[in-house]
Amino acid sequence: MKLLQNLFDGMKPNFEKGGKWEKFHTLYEGHRTIAFAPDSITKSKGTQIKDATDLKRVMITVVIAMIPALLFGILNIGHQHFIATGGEGTFLDKAIFGALTVLPTLIVSYAVGLATEFTFCVIRNHPISEGYLVTGMLIALVMPPFIPLWQVGLATVFAVVIGKEVFGGTGMNILNVAMTARAFLYFAYPAQISGDLVWTYLGDKAAVDGFSGATALAVAYNSSIDGTPVVQALSSHNAALGADYSFMSMFMGWIPGSIGETSTLMALIGAVILVATGVASWKIIVGGFGGAYAMGLIMNAFEVNQFMAMPAHYHLVMGGLAFGVVFMATDPVSAAQTELGKWIYGILIGVLTVIIRVTNPAYPEGIMLAVLFMNVVAPLIDHYVVKANKTRRLQRATV
Amino acid sequence: MSKIVKLTKGFDLKLVGKAPLELVDVATVTTFAIKPSDFPGIQRPKVLVNEGDTVKAGTPLLLDKAMDQIIYASPVSGEVVEIKRGDKRKLLEIKILADSTITYENAGALDLNQDRATLVAALAASGVWPHILQRPFGIVANPADTPKAIFVSTFDTNPLAGDLAFALQGQERYFQAGIAALAKLTAGKVHVNVDGSKPVAAVFSGVNQAQTNQFSGPHPAGNVGVQIHHLDPINKGDIAWTMSAVGVVQLGKFVLEGIYDASKLIALTGSEMAKKGYVKTFTGACVSTLLEGNTAAGHLRVISGNVLTGEQVANNGYLGFYHNQLTVIPEGEYEEFLGWLKPSATKLSFHKAIGMFSFLRKGEFKVDTNTHGEERPFVVTGVFEKVLPMDILPTYLFKAIVTEDFDEMEELGLYEVIEEDVALCEFVDPSKNELQKLVRNGIELLMYS
Repeated sequence: MKLLQNLFDGMKPNFEKGGKWEKFHTLYEGHRTIAFAPDSITKSKGTQIKDATDLKRVMITVVIAMIPALLFGILNIGHQHFIATGGEGTFLDKAIFGALTVLPTLIVSYAVGLATEFTFCVIRNHPISEGYLVTGMLIALVMPPFIPLWQVGLATVFAVVIGKEVFGGTGMNILNVAMTARAFLYFAYPAQISGDLVWTYLGDKAAVDGFSGATALAVAYNSSIDGTPVVQALSSHNAALGADYSFMSMFMGWIPGSIGETSTLMALIGAVILVATGVASWKIIVGGFGGAYAMGLIMNAFEVNQFMAMPAHYHLVMGGLAFGVVFMATDPVSAAQTELGKWIYGILIGVLTVIIRVTNPAYPEGIMLAVLFMNVVAPLIDHYVVKANKTRRLQRATV
Repeated sequence: MSKIVKLTKGFDLKLVGKAPLELVDVATVTTFAIKPSDFPGIQRPKVLVNEGDTVKAGTPLLLDKAMDQIIYASPVSGEVVEIKRGDKRKLLEIKILADSTITYENAGALDLNQDRATLVAALAASGVWPHILQRPFGIVANPADTPKAIFVSTFDTNPLAGDLAFALQGQERYFQAGIAALAKLTAGKVHVNVDGSKPVAAVFSGVNQAQTNQFSGPHPAGNVGVQIHHLDPINKGDIAWTMSAVGVVQLGKFVLEGIYDASKLIALTGSEMAKKGYVKTFTGACVSTLLEGNTAAGHLRVISGNVLTGEQVANNGYLGFYHNQLTVIPEGEYEEFLGWLKPSATKLSFHKAIGMFSFLRKGEFKVDTNTHGEERPFVVTGVFEKVLPMDILPTYLFKAIVTEDFDEMEELGLYEVIEEDVALCEFVDPSKNELQKLVRNGIELLMYS
């Protein structure tokens, strides 16, 4: 490691004040602190020792929690491809096919995002923050497998600049950056990110007869039009091809969808990692699932159409709810920041997701809009929680 | 009516280097200093002695022209050897070379049945008064005020802090006399807060004229600010006073004997301190004598006080006025390859993020001054709340101070906290912000504008 240290030391004069690359000082620091935890020490006043955990470790924890979803996503894309094209694929075939589809998206997301981030850090002379470690992975995981790479790049630039940097960078953003990327694509290029054909990557092959690429949510929505019970419609979907939308296959995630969002199980594994490490708020996660389930039950009570009559627990495994609740809603910067606020925020995300799904034909996937909407509302929730705290303090004074 | 409060929020830092309950044999300290910087809120210090003057213990050395009834007295008798000034003639230290036997200014025993004004005047001139601190703001109390209550914490939960029951054993009489004097100063109650997790030490038990409350739980249960919050919280316009147990004993000695006896037991702690234990000396002792031949090799950080709220002092520096502890730990000037990713069970952390296994380990941790990361904006939420056992929203309070929003600072509880109350927040913050400094800045904004 001495070698690497010497390499950095050798470059250092160029980046110091008066050096030829002075402007890029922040890039030097950024890379050095990734290779080596810095040798900085505490000041003479204030705490003389500091906790061994820093923001980099917090962020990498989130990335690690997403890895099961990523790996499953890679495998599932291969799996879906072979179902749709009718071929027989081994585990390895599926994994390789999936990796070749997903990795370019992941690379583009990280490369473009980091380049944007570095540019801003140099212009503003900010330290490079580790926030993009998480965002880069999230953006890739919420993309449909079929997405053109230039769209991934464009959405990433939009999200990093408009979603984060204009507010002052990491820690200052109002909206979840990855959701901003996804929402940008949704509204800028609706043709490529909605409909039945974008969720399964066919490659150069044609779909087999009888294959329908509709997502579970689309199937459920259609059944409310033609009046078949949703569970029946879901389980008969593509059943001839050996794939269906039964509760179990949706829970496991063997369904078409965005790269990392299909598997509820993998999201739950991520949730366990995040909650056990204390990095994400369990209140938001429990609130999100609970809110969705409760709203599902309320829909059941009214039962105006078949979608509303769908068993409430189906909502938890369909679409990107689990992924969104676990990884998106818990982003501490854009979520509610008070403890009571986190409950309210989480529950409302679940409730809104189900309402949007069931009642709005234009947006069969509700989680994206629910999270973004609640990001905007979160400061308002916090405002009232904070106000209650102030009021308690004031009331105490008169006693 | 006494109160029993069980706190659950907080964090005990279990560090290597606790002082065993015994006196250690180190050389006798001969130089002492009084430093205006130890007293937050002191505005225009004026030196009352010249270099070469001889002084007794209790002779006034210094006063604050903004509040000139209070004198800051010499802790020992001897000669004023240096009046050290810094840039713009800012007063840094007044150093005294101590006599081998200490002689005292004697004001005679204090009659507590005098009227309050006379009593206050006598105490303000005694040298003990600076031990009385005012909440809000944590500054030396103004003799002109009458506090709504006075709070004394008799245990210190800070990392490696000395055991006050040991340091003050046998001083019952003085402690009681000090409490009796405090009872004359307030319109309300005197609260003596004891450690509820063990039997009350003899010195603090059976105290009259005060309400004894029990506090238990992890650090900061021993912080007087936390205790006030649960007993009789401070609202805008309220004034409460606090006094350390060491201060109460010194006050008691003044009441009974008329002298300013600044002697106290100092705990020598920290992983790099060779002989750990307690040593009897006076306020403002020079640390070089205590450290000589008594530390491990290597680049070390000498801290007056504890690792959370203490202050770095030079190897020939002086203990702070309020500090009863000297800590020595290694400096942390090293780079660590992938230090942010490497799993570790030996690095102390409040968090359980990937690779941080310190929560699984029962033993004591060796710590150094490395920051383990760089300063960042606030990102993680809900952490400060876990280590601050008050009904306060720390993140919002800090943000209010950053944005200098006066109304918010007041409404969110800045009257209730001083640096030591947020020291744990500063320690656990993964974004490594200087929160104690921030809180002092906020307090100064409220005080001076």
